[in-house]
Amino acid sequence: MIDDKTLDELREIAARYPEARSGLLPMLHLVQSVQGRITPEGIEACAAVLDISAAEVSGVATFYTMYKRHGVGDFHVGVCTNTLCAVMGGDEIFSRLKEHLEIGNDEVAVQRQGDSKTVSLEHIECNAACDYAPVMMVNWEFMDNQTPDSAVQLVESLRAGHEVSSTRGPRLCSWREVERVLAGFPDGRADEGPTAGPASVAGLEIARERGWTAPPGASAGARDDVADVPDDKQEAVEEADTSRAESETVQEASDD
Amino acid sequence: MTESTHGALTPVLTDTWDAEQGWKLDTYAAKGGYDALDTAFAMRPDDVITAVKDSGLRGRGGAGFPTGMKWSFIPQDNPKPKYLVVNADESEPGTCKDIPLMMGNPHVLVEGVIISSYAIRANKAFIYIRGEVVHVIRRVQAAVAEAYAAGHLGKDIHGSGYDLDVVVHAGAGAYICGEETALLEGLEGRRGQPRLRPPFPAVAGLYASPTVINNVESIASVPAIIRNGADWFASMGTEKSKGHGIFSLSGHVERPGQYEAPLGITLAELLDLAGGIRQGHQLKFWTPGGSSTPLLTADHLDVPLDFEGVGGVGSMLGTRALQIFDETVCVVRAVLRWTEFYKHESCGKCTPCREGTWWLVQALTRLENGQGSEADLDQLLDQCDNILGRSFCALGDGATSPISSSIQHFRDEYLAHLSHGGCPFDPARSTAWAGQEVTAS
Ligand SMILES: Cc1cc2nc3c(=O)[nH]c(=O)nc-3n(C[C@H](O)[C@H](O)[C@H](O)COP(=O)(O)O)c2cc1C
Ligand code: SF4
Ligand code: FES
Repeated sequence: MIDDKTLDELREIAARYPEARSGLLPMLHLVQSVQGRITPEGIEACAAVLDISAAEVSGVATFYTMYKRHGVGDFHVGVCTNTLCAVMGGDEIFSRLKEHLEIGNDEVAVQRQGDSKTVSLEHIECNAACDYAPVMMVNWEFMDNQTPDSAVQLVESLRAGHEVSSTRGPRLCSWREVERVLAGFPDGRADEGPTAGPASVAGLEIARERGWTAPPGASAGARDDVADVPDDKQEAVEEADTSRAESETVQEASDD
Repeated sequence: MTESTHGALTPVLTDTWDAEQGWKLDTYAAKGGYDALDTAFAMRPDDVITAVKDSGLRGRGGAGFPTGMKWSFIPQDNPKPKYLVVNADESEPGTCKDIPLMMGNPHVLVEGVIISSYAIRANKAFIYIRGEVVHVIRRVQAAVAEAYAAGHLGKDIHGSGYDLDVVVHAGAGAYICGEETALLEGLEGRRGQPRLRPPFPAVAGLYASPTVINNVESIASVPAIIRNGADWFASMGTEKSKGHGIFSLSGHVERPGQYEAPLGITLAELLDLAGGIRQGHQLKFWTPGGSSTPLLTADHLDVPLDFEGVGGVGSMLGTRALQIFDETVCVVRAVLRWTEFYKHESCGKCTPCREGTWWLVQALTRLENGQGSEADLDQLLDQCDNILGRSFCALGDGATSPISSSIQHFRDEYLAHLSHGGCPFDPARSTAWAGQEVTAS
């Protein structure tokens, strides 16, 4: 149920922004944290707090893939099957997990007798961890460099209720707890886990070994090496290397 | 590369990633962190903009637009509030630099946000982080809280009279929200669909107010420019692509990971550092800057990885996301998977992209299954032409890049699917564990 405490927190989120509606994405994360999914009641609550229609809230909720109409497990397991991870073995991991858990994409596995927690499975897009491929996520924490075997062991540990840590982050907590962090309510776990995983420091380690650094900083001094910067917008757009840059930055003369 | 006195790698943003607790304010402050604030506050905001212009810093989010110039477009005579929005949506396939940056050194981003906001005269800034990376969000939330507690954020920062508030905002899963105007829609609590331009965000962005949107790495590059001077930054890189950038190597290399180097380094040099292509294999194709940048091959090993160099061979530097594929990988399979991604992520606003990406998936699937004829390849290229330049935003354009470039470089491989009646490759040979003893536990 959306109680008064939750309603207060929804209002608190909206109040972070110059315009309340900006709070909607984090508010929907809070709804998921409280209700385990996007419920009609949660949609109504957001609509009431923001003074917009439930249809508008619903239209937003259906646009974003992290909002779930159907519940997920205590642990929501994602397998990256975008090209790089797929090729490196993500496809094999995903089919092995489907087979092992006896479910399809975006489904919750049956809670067997003796399981203390549930897991759900989804294939996900590139999660910005390609240097650790193949990558899995559990409740949006990194599980780097997986194999089909490690993936099966992982879901079994989760179902058994064992403590599991992200390979590059904290001890895993429940999906609902994570949704609360995404709503902007920190859980005090920021200091868990390492500064970086091994791949993140691959270049840095080489630089350290070989004594390579950036040039020493020289604040004042001669400015003879100042970049050959474009003088005007036109030239800058010509140099910006993509049509993307152009479509985003070319302005009509009349618009200035 | 220009003649240089520095190493082949130049850790600046990555420099604290091997510290015990790189994400803590103390660690950052011990390396001179937040010192650049006082330097900036002693300058007029316009002079900060000039310094960033003079440095030659160009956007690190893919398009390479000069950052200082973007800031100078903010109409200071406009009475509305000004906003800075940091694009931390990092979702372009292959791109994986902003996430470790925010995880390992969130304070350099926060310091950059403060200086950049001061320069454009914004008193409110937003960091829009994709939702699927909760630990990164924790670290940035904590860094912002630490910065408030230390007096680096809030009212009258360092006694300068300048006020700034920062909000950390989590997205909810949508690649298109990396596109800057779609991001603004998301940040306004709407469906993330791109906006018509003009008006440009610099004039009417968030809440129709003047807004600067910059990539995480662009903003994080600002403190060192202010601390060390524009000429320091410009002493790295090439003539028109200045400074350091994080190069992300993934895939079939011995040591995948993040390599921070001056722009203009080559893939050959990077591979040398990364131990080469995995043992016993050869480079087949690679993306220089994510899946939206046309594929390159072993012919391009010595292309300087700067905006001009990569542009000169028909691709784009993009986000320096170097996804490396060896000869075991079927290019058709790779391209189909990316195309499925674009179809899934198409926001549906415009017909060429919404229907075009659907059609592309159908056509590629047939080809992968060995159905059709060579004429279908040309039809595929025609369909790409119909999308390229006709879609409402650059997502549609990006969707065509892997297809047209792969047909250009690997037409024979597409044809081999037709003559073979299906894919001639064994996907098991491409996996990270291929060739190793598979444990039977
Ligand atoms: C489909 C699409 C996705 C994008 N994703 C990102 C992203 O995740 N991060 C980013 O910084 N820029 C992304 N961009 C580019 C932004 O629109 C914009 O150019 C950039 O944030 C500007 O910052 P910069 O000038 O500092 O590079 C994307 C563009 C498109 C078309
Ligand atoms: S090109 Fe695609 S993503 Fe961009 S507006 Fe059109 S439908 Fe949306
Ligand atoms: S492709 Fe899987 S994390 Fe990037």
